[in-house]
Amino acid sequence: MNKTLLIIQREYLARVKKKSFILMTFLVPGLILAMYGVIYLIAANSDSLNKVREIKVIDQSGVFAGKLKDHKNIRFSTANQSLPEAKKAAKKDEDLFILSIGKNFTDKSSVRIFSEKKPNFALINEVENQLNSIATSNNMAAAGIDVIKLSGLKSNISVETKQLTDDGEKDSNLASAYGIGVASAILIYLSLFIYGSQVMRGVIEEKTNRVIEVIVSSVKPFQLMLGKILGVGLVGLTQFLLWIILSTTVTNIAGKVFTSKEVATEQSSNPAQIKGGKNSTAQTQMPIGNPVMNFLKTLEGVNYVYILSCFIFYFLSGYLLYSALFAAVGSAVDSETETQQFMFPITLPLLFTYILSFAFLVNNPDSTLAFWLSIIPFTAPIAMMVRIPFGVPDWQLALSVVMMIAGFLFTTWVAARIYRVGVLMYGKKASYKELAKWFFYKE
Amino acid sequence: MLSIRNIVKQYAGHRALDDVSLEVEKGKIFGLLGPNGAGKTSLIRIINQITAPDAGEVYFNGEKLNQSHIERIGYLPEERGLYKKMEIGEQLVYLARLKGLGKTDAERRIKTWFEKLDMSDWWGKKIEELSKGMQQKVQFVSTILHDLELIILDEPFSGFDPVNAEVIKDEILELNRKGATIIFSTHRMESVEELCDAIALINRSHKILDGPVKTIRNSYRNNTYKVEFTGKISFDGTEPFKLLHHIPGSESDLIQIKLKENTTVNEVLQFLIPKVSINRLEEIIPTMNEIFIEKVNQIR
Repeated sequence: MNKTLLIIQREYLARVKKKSFILMTFLVPGLILAMYGVIYLIAANSDSLNKVREIKVIDQSGVFAGKLKDHKNIRFSTANQSLPEAKKAAKKDEDLFILSIGKNFTDKSSVRIFSEKKPNFALINEVENQLNSIATSNNMAAAGIDVIKLSGLKSNISVETKQLTDDGEKDSNLASAYGIGVASAILIYLSLFIYGSQVMRGVIEEKTNRVIEVIVSSVKPFQLMLGKILGVGLVGLTQFLLWIILSTTVTNIAGKVFTSKEVATEQSSNPAQIKGGKNSTAQTQMPIGNPVMNFLKTLEGVNYVYILSCFIFYFLSGYLLYSALFAAVGSAVDSETETQQFMFPITLPLLFTYILSFAFLVNNPDSTLAFWLSIIPFTAPIAMMVRIPFGVPDWQLALSVVMMIAGFLFTTWVAARIYRVGVLMYGKKASYKELAKWFFYKE
Repeated sequence: MLSIRNIVKQYAGHRALDDVSLEVEKGKIFGLLGPNGAGKTSLIRIINQITAPDAGEVYFNGEKLNQSHIERIGYLPEERGLYKKMEIGEQLVYLARLKGLGKTDAERRIKTWFEKLDMSDWWGKKIEELSKGMQQKVQFVSTILHDLELIILDEPFSGFDPVNAEVIKDEILELNRKGATIIFSTHRMESVEELCDAIALINRSHKILDGPVKTIRNSYRNNTYKVEFTGKISFDGTEPFKLLHHIPGSESDLIQIKLKENTTVNEVLQFLIPKVSINRLEEIIPTMNEIFIEKVNQIR
């Protein structure tokens, strides 16, 4: 056992000291930071929206004049110049827009906005909305429909989802469950491949280096295999841990920076005004204006400890299960190019579940297929991680955990029997038949 | 010291070792000989407990071979290999610790060896930065760091230039003098004759010959002698020996003779001395190389 620890230590340190490890460790939080940066840039852009924009209306139809209401930072006023004069004025002032409405405003291109700068989408949207609703109520009035009565009849229902749990009602946020499910599926899939193939490459390296013969004259092949698997596994955990710590730090810093920003924004904007029925429920509960805060708030109410511990369990058990197989493959070949034929059946269940998790599982987390996939050890790490954010019955989770443990013990046992023969075999083209023979060798 | 009894090792399709028994005496240098594919590596792997025999037993110092003996054995495989990207010092410490040595102890011993073998500034280097001969040196050091009783060297001199081969040979002999038993697996028969006390010859999974080198060579003596002399003599068949070759020279003649039954060298000399002046007389003992080739060809 002592020697296995030595091997774990070597395998771990050899990888952690690598430049690529250090690079990856800082790259991911860096990307997260960049993501916040992008969101922040968008937020900053929306800040520039808060500059007051004046729209001078030249209404030839007479339907709209005076009915357009100021909204947020858009101020409407009636122009008392002619269109060419107004255009001239607009050319000098980039925050001045000229809205020209023709007599037959329903005709195409009879409603126009002139400006020095391109008007942004929100402004056009607002103008269109107002014009349409004014035109509609105008039409209704013409048709003899009482607009006030009608708007009284309109309903504005938004569904709030509450999940019934033992702790009482819990806000269930489908969007975040969806996001976390998909994200965990991707993360588990990638990490199983990345760390599994690291184990495989390590085994091939030792075999082609011929250092294997020196090592197995000191320790049992099984100790070497186990040491390598656990060492690389610890590298994976270290990487995750560093990512979590760094990302949380980055997120907190970003949160602080953007919160202080938000206070400033709110004073200038007017969040009390509500757009006519178009707001999503998420937006109505929160102050409008800061997407970073929105994003962070969406992630609140998720049971991180639970999901994280599940993630670590399924990463570890899935990794142990697959890396043992990867190690067996590595032992059977003389170079990485020969691994193809053995890799296919190993990657198949992973790939299958991975694709299915987007296409099906995340939309049907409680289906029979999802259940079985989350119980079978070869597919469970991905399938279960997709399901967990949506809530999984305890007995299913327990069954899956037991199956995972049994699964990796089994594959490790099988792999070890192939490995101990494979690592000392050279020049023999390994086939499945050959592997089966190795499996049944006595010692 | 090492007793190998009736070892059988069966691989799918062929038997690598068939009922092989050997005795290696303590403190001796033992040569394990045999053509390629004879089963030497299989036997070495069994001694190193890399594989287990299908039948038969191995005893180490009278105890049945077990895990604890691994730390008493040093093994230099024929196919050399170390971690290419690992620092040499670190790597040697690792390998020594796998053999049960403490960290500081390992470091101390490595430094001693580095000084001895002229490699003091290699500690922080990586294997891939070294020449092949230098790599061999590192590999040799890795084999002999721990507390050894038995050293198994598979073709130890391959890859060394003559100067370094001599250095390594001296170190091996030094280790042997300090009490380590050495098993040599090699094709180089000169080194066998020079170094080995005893040998075993394995061919096609069977041991076909073993014993002390002197005894074996003696048993292959066939009473042939080489005589160098000055003077004129003609051979007519009445001599007490059979003439095999006669090479006349300008200064001296050389003859190769085989003694007739029940005659001695003294009788030969008695016959020759009155006729010629003898410069040299020497018995021709077959070399290990000749015995090796003869034995292997016999079986075939």
